[in-house]
Amino acid sequence: MAAREAPAGGAPHPYIPHTDEDRRLMLARLGLSSTAELFQEIPERFRDPPLELPPALAERELIAFMAARAADNAAAREHPRFLGAGAYHRFVPSVAGSIVQRGEFATAYTPYQPEISQGTLQAAFEFQSVVCELTGMEVANTGLYDVGSATAEAVLMAARITRRRAVAVLEPIHPGTLDVLRTYAGAADLELEVVAAPADPADPGSAVDGALGERHACLVVQQPDFLGGIVDLDRITAAAHRRGALVVAVCDPLALGLLRAPGDSGVDVVTGEGRDLAGPVSFGGPSLGLFAARRDYVRQLPGRIVGRTRELHGPRGAEGAEQEPRTGYVLTLQAREQFIRRERATSNFSTGQQLIALGFTVALQTLGPRGLRESAELCYQRAHAAAARIDALAGYSARGRGSWWFQEFLLRGPLPPAELLARLAERGISGGLDLSGRAEQEAHGALLVCVTEATPPGHVDALVRALESIGGAQGGEDPA
Amino acid sequence: MSTAERDIGARLAFDRGSPGRRGVGVPSWEGERAPLPPAGLLRERLRLPELSQGEIVRYYTALSRLNYGIDSGTYPLGSCTMKYNPKVDDLMAALPGLAEAHPLDDAGRVQGVLRIGCELQEALCSLTGFAAASLAPAAGAQGELAGVLMVKRALADRGDLAARRRILVPDSAHGTNPATAAMAGFTVTQIPTAADGSMDREALERELDGSVAAAMVTMPNTLGLWERGIDEVAELVHAAGAYLYADGANLNAILGRARFGDLGFDVAHVNLHKSFSTPHGGGGPGAGPVLCGEELAPYLPAPVVVAEEGGFRLGRPPRSIGRLQQFHGSYGVLVRAYAYLRSMGLDGLRAVSEHAVLNANYLRALLVEAYDIPYDRGRVLHEVVLAGTRQRREHGVRTYDIAKRLIDHGLHPPTVYFPLIVEEALMIEPTETEPREAVEDFASAMLAIAEEAARDPDLVRSAPVSAPIGRLDEATAARRPDLRWLPAGDD
Amino acid sequence: MELPGGLLYTAEHEWLQIAGDRGTIGITDYAQDQLGDIVYVELPEPGSRLESGAVFGVVESVKTVSDLYAPVSGEVLERNERLEDEPELVNAAPYGEAWMLRLRIEDPAQLESLLSPEAYEELTRQEQNGG
Repeated sequence: MAAREAPAGGAPHPYIPHTDEDRRLMLARLGLSSTAELFQEIPERFRDPPLELPPALAERELIAFMAARAADNAAAREHPRFLGAGAYHRFVPSVAGSIVQRGEFATAYTPYQPEISQGTLQAAFEFQSVVCELTGMEVANTGLYDVGSATAEAVLMAARITRRRAVAVLEPIHPGTLDVLRTYAGAADLELEVVAAPADPADPGSAVDGALGERHACLVVQQPDFLGGIVDLDRITAAAHRRGALVVAVCDPLALGLLRAPGDSGVDVVTGEGRDLAGPVSFGGPSLGLFAARRDYVRQLPGRIVGRTRELHGPRGAEGAEQEPRTGYVLTLQAREQFIRRERATSNFSTGQQLIALGFTVALQTLGPRGLRESAELCYQRAHAAAARIDALAGYSARGRGSWWFQEFLLRGPLPPAELLARLAERGISGGLDLSGRAEQEAHGALLVCVTEATPPGHVDALVRALESIGGAQGGEDPA
Repeated sequence: MSTAERDIGARLAFDRGSPGRRGVGVPSWEGERAPLPPAGLLRERLRLPELSQGEIVRYYTALSRLNYGIDSGTYPLGSCTMKYNPKVDDLMAALPGLAEAHPLDDAGRVQGVLRIGCELQEALCSLTGFAAASLAPAAGAQGELAGVLMVKRALADRGDLAARRRILVPDSAHGTNPATAAMAGFTVTQIPTAADGSMDREALERELDGSVAAAMVTMPNTLGLWERGIDEVAELVHAAGAYLYADGANLNAILGRARFGDLGFDVAHVNLHKSFSTPHGGGGPGAGPVLCGEELAPYLPAPVVVAEEGGFRLGRPPRSIGRLQQFHGSYGVLVRAYAYLRSMGLDGLRAVSEHAVLNANYLRALLVEAYDIPYDRGRVLHEVVLAGTRQRREHGVRTYDIAKRLIDHGLHPPTVYFPLIVEEALMIEPTETEPREAVEDFASAMLAIAEEAARDPDLVRSAPVSAPIGRLDEATAARRPDLRWLPAGDD
Repeated sequence: MELPGGLLYTAEHEWLQIAGDRGTIGITDYAQDQLGDIVYVELPEPGSRLESGAVFGVVESVKTVSDLYAPVSGEVLERNERLEDEPELVNAAPYGEAWMLRLRIEDPAQLESLLSPEAYEELTRQEQNGG
């Protein structure tokens, strides 16, 4: 590669503007002869250690280099893919991607100075409002890292509110979320109990009833559940509230375009993953943890909250008279936060996911009430139609979990799941998630296959053809 | 709507548009319709704005104009390292092979992504002098939590956790340090700062005993100063059986010049949205990788990227504290940081710390006469902490007012009232990407405000007058929280 | 700064008014002035017990949070519910409408360690000079 030569005395890098002349002027003002003197406080034996780092790339070189890295992934090429399991290929309006690229939003810091941060602040208030409407809850924060950590924060909040030390988690829940819950519950020395999946998520009452006691701060439940089933949250909350436990519902925001708002079911805290409605999946991050709760808990919320207020004084008009104060937005209820309350804060949360929250807000407001409902229904119909076609193939079964399901179904074929995935991969198809090792009976020998509103019909055709040819080669007997 | 809209805050997107408008079309479903779940499982209403696409774009464009970013001008927030964010890095993160990669795809199908992760881990280890890294933490505070939980688990494994329930934190620390310690179930003991701006060594030695799990030290510290004798501090901490944690928020000051591992730290986090120039987004997303030496490596959060013969894969360290996120970390941010590293190289990164420190010292020299400088050593690293004490005492003008007046001068204010040990603090970090003229312009504004404070204090106290909006009623906002849109008549 | 006679004070800026074995607690004018606009007051429920010198509640202003320390031990008989919706009363009338708790005093001997108005005034003077 060609080395990039700076002109003699020029700036060291396109991102660093100082020329020799700048350095000379500045050092003269400091009474120094070289910048090395600025680092003299670092003991010599630690100073400027030899390091191994690759040499700098000029912009064109960087682009070529990164493009090669990017090309070394299946995602670089358009191909049929049916992996979901918490990261969904979604239809995101282009407007959202365009707005989040604006430097005024993307290159601002956390809005500590409200007078020159109204863009971020007002957009965050829109976000809180969208999350409240979608979830049917009364208050929301400006977002947390991801669904896993948001759910963990919800559990910590439930423990603070109820002063109870045990947490129940209803299967099937995303294993990544469960892992994060273990990390955070362990940190806070809470006891975590996993409750076996109910046979039908639409009728979870007895499974929940038997597992909950007076020691539980909350029950965590995923909607739709990890295997795709739609849960009757009304029955869950009734059972949990009888024990004085709160209910934390982990919801897919697109599914909420169709499903009953969890707030209407009496849920106490709603979390969710907003990333896939806001922008690219991006190997699972950066993400966006949605967090909404009942108003009673507003002072227990983790994270940042934006409030609406007014100017203390209106601006001066042409004649010097004070005009009506204008509406503005500020970070509020900050005494909960680490920079004020330190070791007694509700969380250590600081930098979050503001730009992803902006994308989420613009995307949902662009979709509007009808667009979101249509997207959710399209997702439901495409998934159900795909499952019906595959189920009709000799040697395959494709069924959703429970009475009702949303976008993911369980696929069984003439081969064990790992082999089936490999055969599909040979045909350029990303076939789904191997569920081997899960406890649920219906997951045994199955793949979790996801079809969304953004899955092109041609991709489903390709999957059906591929399964047919794989099945034909095996001789098609219906799986047990 | 135009930018001339007098009170844009009074009308949210929810208050605009008209029923029946829409911003985007959704393909219709032509096939057979599967029955929907019964009404009891379906939602009753969904209130979202109904706007045409152009209305949405104009509204959010108008909002963006009320903001100030590093693209707009100097943004010298101390401890935040607001440097220029290279545009090419955004483009790299958007390459479909990276942006569309699925986190659960087979490792063989995401080798490019995993290789970036692995090489970033290696580069960060090299820069910090550590043996191992995990890119899982979503931000600095989560990196801190990971580091403290690693310590907790290591103590438990050696049967020492029951006795060690305290974490020592200097009184100059970021609030996240004590908050993290508390989240991990530890109590916090504060260590005072000595007159030279380093930790009070005697106080530290007094507190160091068998009840201490770790000490968390920001390096360089929040006064922009080198923590003197840090290697001796490390020896003391280790002799007491505790671990030493480095808060790497201020890494920009010493990039390529000193390494946490060499200094004796056991574990650290670094903020990629600070030193490695990924855009802060108005409050994230960031990334806060955690790094450590051999001893704590088995405890790193999952996943880590492992290089093996034949390729890269995700792995879980044997005694891992577990996952911090459902998936693997803020990869979109990690890609940007990696692109930044590759575009800088070692010489470029050393030039970063060199000019960040040069700018901070130059700014200090320009302001030293007009403002008080507590804990002054005559020299700083990446940032300088001034005190508005003289302006308060002599003219009744507070740091808060000075910050607001800077807005009228077209600049973003520095961090104020932090660190907590400095009264009327103004914590200024110019970063290396500010040209000499920008540093001089900022200093000129600060000098002008010092003069204004003497000549016309009411002018400073009523600032800003040229911002999109004036000072806001934060007390009422907190007393009677108004936190969401509701339709007229529904509140 | 307002400093009514007839009350007892603590070094943590609470006041205590005595009537028999009953006491009323609030924070001082000096304290509210130092805190600035008070936005929230968190108080224990009636029936709970205060331990002399221990934290019993919290006062929040926009950018700070401050603990409340019990001047004496005793059982909480009543708390000022108005402060929940009108925390600004603490700024406006710290000795009057913004009283915080009424309690039954357990041990009158604890009153001896509290400060007279004069002693408290001296303490605040020192604090201001020191700061």
